[in-house]
Amino acid sequence: MYVAVKGGETAINNAHKLLADRRRGDRDVAALTLSQIKEQLSLAVDRVMAEGSLYDRDLAALSIKQARGDIIEAVFLLRAYRTTLPRFGYSLPVDTGEMKIERRISATYKDLPGGQMLGPTFDYTHRLLDPELVEDEAAGEPETREPDAGHTQRVSYILANEGLIEGDGKNGHGAEVPGDITRTPTEFPMNRDERLQSLSRGDEGFLLSLAYSTQRGYARSHPFVGEIRIGEVDVEIEVPELGFSVPVGRVQVTECQMVNQFQGSAKVPPQFTRGYGLVFGQLERKAMAMSLCDRALRARELGEDIVAPAQDEEFVIAHADNVQATGFVEHLKLPHYVDFQAELGIVRQMRREYAERNDAVSEMIKEAAE
Amino acid sequence: MGDLQSIRRNRLAVLAMSDTSELVKCWKTLGVDPEFTMPRAPQTGIVGLRGRIGGGGDAFNFGEATVTRATVKLASGSIGHAYALGRDHTKAKLSAIIDALCLDDDWSARIEDNIITPLRNQIESRDERRAAETAATKVDFFTMVRGED
Repeated sequence: MYVAVKGGETAINNAHKLLADRRRGDRDVAALTLSQIKEQLSLAVDRVMAEGSLYDRDLAALSIKQARGDIIEAVFLLRAYRTTLPRFGYSLPVDTGEMKIERRISATYKDLPGGQMLGPTFDYTHRLLDPELVEDEAAGEPETREPDAGHTQRVSYILANEGLIEGDGKNGHGAEVPGDITRTPTEFPMNRDERLQSLSRGDEGFLLSLAYSTQRGYARSHPFVGEIRIGEVDVEIEVPELGFSVPVGRVQVTECQMVNQFQGSAKVPPQFTRGYGLVFGQLERKAMAMSLCDRALRARELGEDIVAPAQDEEFVIAHADNVQATGFVEHLKLPHYVDFQAELGIVRQMRREYAERNDAVSEMIKEAAE
Repeated sequence: MGDLQSIRRNRLAVLAMSDTSELVKCWKTLGVDPEFTMPRAPQTGIVGLRGRIGGGGDAFNFGEATVTRATVKLASGSIGHAYALGRDHTKAKLSAIIDALCLDDDWSARIEDNIITPLRNQIESRDERRAAETAATKVDFFTMVRGED
């Protein structure tokens, strides 16, 4: 028998009205503008763009406002929106070597060509709450200095010149066109290009914890930050109408080149291996976590024993997407009335049988005692 | 890539990167209002963004970005195209008109002087300012010498 249950429509409508009210909050407080979110909560915007896998600052700001600051909800909104848009193809690969650098550091070389440029970092702050920010204190203008002329060389090239480090990286399938997890269903084992795509949009918290686990001994990989660079890169696309490629603007990205010690294996001589991270916006923690996870997930390729969660491709990739994760966890809130009635019936029956068994046993014990 | 093609490419790059209000301001200095049709009205979609493993290795997709494109046709028959990151329809339409006008040599020179050069200067001065701000955060290491030598 199938019983359709209706109702709740008024309750739902009223709940959504209440949500709109609570989202707005106290009407005596000025409403947030998207510009305020973009300018003053820019790292939240970056995170939503990265995990929403859509570079659009205005839409990310809108989704944060609509989600009342719930970042995963905002990511969900952005992902839902992007499915409504037609696809115009792919960009040429961005060249991070030609980045307009806003921050660039290396933990492996103190004096490296181009130098250590700290940029707008939280590093070296004392993490003391600043009472001046309680009010709208005027921020001073930043200092300036004549930039060095010339190109900022990648740290990986310095090591590559000595032959001590592996090359930039292969996708694993040899084809020129990379896989796209948004177009083809995920299949394990994956190639490195698809894995990197999953990691780049993966949940920062999940990847951070996995990265941390590798440092604590679960798939230890002796990592060093070869280089982190943050800045804008040109996006160029082939325009078929014109017959040539055209830059269509710039996106800000964070790139992390992790350098890992490697003892060598039957296949590969001892050398430094690498993990790579590339994410939208200024998301240094995420780019670092991504590069550590990328390296751990290369265990099979490098002939390492798979002994830890961070090396388990299916475990990491299948659980890194916070929209999928929240969908499955949160669906438990939805009505499961019929399921539950069935479970209730089973538990009642089991309890009856259990009681009958116990009664029989105690009867036997009683008889034996007599 | 030929000279003309590279000039067009650079022009489209500047238009795509420009700030819309600045673009409109520059456009108004020309004082023209050409008739046109839109074989393709401004349309927003997404483009898959690619990077390279390790910075220079095999390509991989790392996300998508919104892109808006437009195609216009002037009364003269010239067809112009525009593509720019974001969802700005005004910018796409105006950029396509400018691209179409530039297929005429006289217009091309005027637009270069009145629109492209000022916009390019704005982009470059912003880049220079940001580079100088970053340069101010460069670490100058020095060594402290202790004891006798």
